[in-house]
Amino acid sequence: MNDQEVLAVMTRVLRDVLDDPSITLDMQTVRADVPDWDSFKYVTFIVAAEIELGIKFGIADVESFVTVGDIVAKARSLLG
Amino acid sequence: MNWLPSIPDFKARLRVATETGDLRQRAAALMSLAQSRVGFVEELQLDKALRQVAAAADTDSLGLTPLRIALLSSSTIDQLLPGIRVGAVRRGMLADVMAGGFGQYRQELLDPTSPLGAFRPDFIVLSLTARDFLGGVPLNATSSEVEQKIDERIEELRHLWRVARDRFRSTVVQQTFLDIALPVFGSFDRLVPASPHQLIARLNDRLAAAASSEGVLLLDVARAIARDGLDAWFDVRHWLQGKMEISPAAGSRFGELLTRLVAAQRGRSRKCLVLDLDNTLWGGVVGDDGMEGIVLGEGSARGEAHLALQRYARMLKDRGVILAICSKNEPSVAEAVFRDHPEMILRRNDIAVFIANWDDKAANLSRIAEQLNIGLDSLVFVDDNPAERERIRGALPAVAVPELPVDPADYVRCLADAGYFEAVSFTEEDRQRAEQYAANAERDALRELAGSVDDFLRSLQMSLVSGPVRPVDAARVVQLINKTNQFNTTTRRISADDFDRFGAAPGNLALQFRLRDRFGDNGLVSVMLLGNGGGETWRIDNWVMSCRVFGRQLEDEAVNVAVEAAAARGIRSLVAEFVPTAKNKVIADLYERLGFACMERSQDGRSLWELNIASYAPRPTTIKRASDGE
Repeated sequence: MNDQEVLAVMTRVLRDVLDDPSITLDMQTVRADVPDWDSFKYVTFIVAAEIELGIKFGIADVESFVTVGDIVAKARSLLG
Repeated sequence: MNWLPSIPDFKARLRVATETGDLRQRAAALMSLAQSRVGFVEELQLDKALRQVAAAADTDSLGLTPLRIALLSSSTIDQLLPGIRVGAVRRGMLADVMAGGFGQYRQELLDPTSPLGAFRPDFIVLSLTARDFLGGVPLNATSSEVEQKIDERIEELRHLWRVARDRFRSTVVQQTFLDIALPVFGSFDRLVPASPHQLIARLNDRLAAAASSEGVLLLDVARAIARDGLDAWFDVRHWLQGKMEISPAAGSRFGELLTRLVAAQRGRSRKCLVLDLDNTLWGGVVGDDGMEGIVLGEGSARGEAHLALQRYARMLKDRGVILAICSKNEPSVAEAVFRDHPEMILRRNDIAVFIANWDDKAANLSRIAEQLNIGLDSLVFVDDNPAERERIRGALPAVAVPELPVDPADYVRCLADAGYFEAVSFTEEDRQRAEQYAANAERDALRELAGSVDDFLRSLQMSLVSGPVRPVDAARVVQLINKTNQFNTTTRRISADDFDRFGAAPGNLALQFRLRDRFGDNGLVSVMLLGNGGGETWRIDNWVMSCRVFGRQLEDEAVNVAVEAAAARGIRSLVAEFVPTAKNKVIADLYERLGFACMERSQDGRSLWELNIASYAPRPTTIKRASDGE
């Protein structure tokens, strides 16, 4: 999967988790840009993305992600 | 959750459901979606839709049973709430779930001003982590030091349970401790009393014993983990990040297990296992292959797989689950296998209702429910044929239909994992139930032979043993009150403690009725709770009767007994309330029929009745009185 494909998956998952089909993400999006994306929903989103992509982020990754681009990059490297 | 069928267009159906204006229909659609295999995100969406419908209408008008659960914990539990609500609606209940604060369970229970009081939980669930609960125990502690430590902790827990029960009038559920401990010595851990693994094993043993003696329900997550693997429940990253001992991905499973237990306590577990024959109980088609040609029993792995299902069904029967057969077959051919095949574990007399014909299976399942006098929502239908399963799910959504895997080797596991027959007690009545239902089938045959109803009842040679409920009967009495839906005058459920309190209050009397006839002992089949109504009256607080003995004049004889007991105590009148529900229509005219006078009838259908003792003429019945042991 390329960046755009992974980003599309992340967007779909976040729309589902927050139940908001109007959400759009790009590589620069940060959590504060998205309404209701609190820390609990962040954990939920990470779990949902992991299940969707069949990967597991490391404990340090989850703490260090700042932008959606960071998440996409890590996911791509885990997908190999 | 592999026993639930997948719905390919889940999202589309969820959207249609949430756009349904009629809230009752919407609730039914959401319940149906909850009965399919739901993914992680789908569950969150379903949960959101449920909360919307719950906020928009009162639960009764939705056709769902309301339920309040407080989940108290020493770790983070917010991730478990959607699974609980979805698990509840899967069983026709709408759960309002309150999550306690992180590590606040003691204060929440002990502080009289905590929000728990206003929430009025039906169930208080304690989910504690072993590390918080036990604190540090040095690795070199001796066995007696370990026992002493556990003693102290269990004692505190008992105190909390009693508070939960007495102050909040809740049923208490205690979750077993997760063993997330890693090996310290290896296999030798089991021999070191204070190794983390051994500590938790010991703690869970002691917890189970204490819970049993306090009437606390055990939610055995530890057992589920032995089945699913620790990784399915515990993810160390979520522990480190958010102090979740149960990972978000396991929320669905946790909710399923908890609501199973809650439903069992509410008398909503399934009661009857209906089995197909060809390629379910044995391999092959007996009509084509002949009795010699079917694959069953030792010598063939496939044959043993089918045998394993029979063995499991037999075990369910031994614990009180009713067995029935529903098969497209020639009846004589099908019955011959039960009679003559040497490898069969199930025999004809294990089966309460045996239907083999060429009719539609939906019609046959309705017949089975009718003959056993139980609801369709008490049936589980096991059939290898996906088309039959679909047919039943469509025609009779109340019937549970496990999505059997393709390989017969996995049939038993699928049925067992589904947990349809979850129980919270095991009584003498359970042990005898199957025989009683089989005897009922014989009674029905007799009824057809007998000319009039009276002739039939006389030919049954019924005798009644009645009297105050004894301590030894209490478990059965509580079970009967909580499981009975049809003949239940008020449908007020009670816990073992409520019942003890009722018995201890002055002027109260709990009457029990056991009915025997020429086919055997029906056991304890009816209970009447006569509460001190002040002055010279008794209130019939509740009166339940097993559907096995409907239409046998037992209600008439029971009132005769109650009136005698009342007269002996100087009581002048019996006052009875009737609270209608969707399921007790069969007794809507009970009190009128029994000669009670209507005192008032309210808008919601409730009614109040009175019977004057002095002017009561005993009702004629064919039931003789006997004393115990006769």
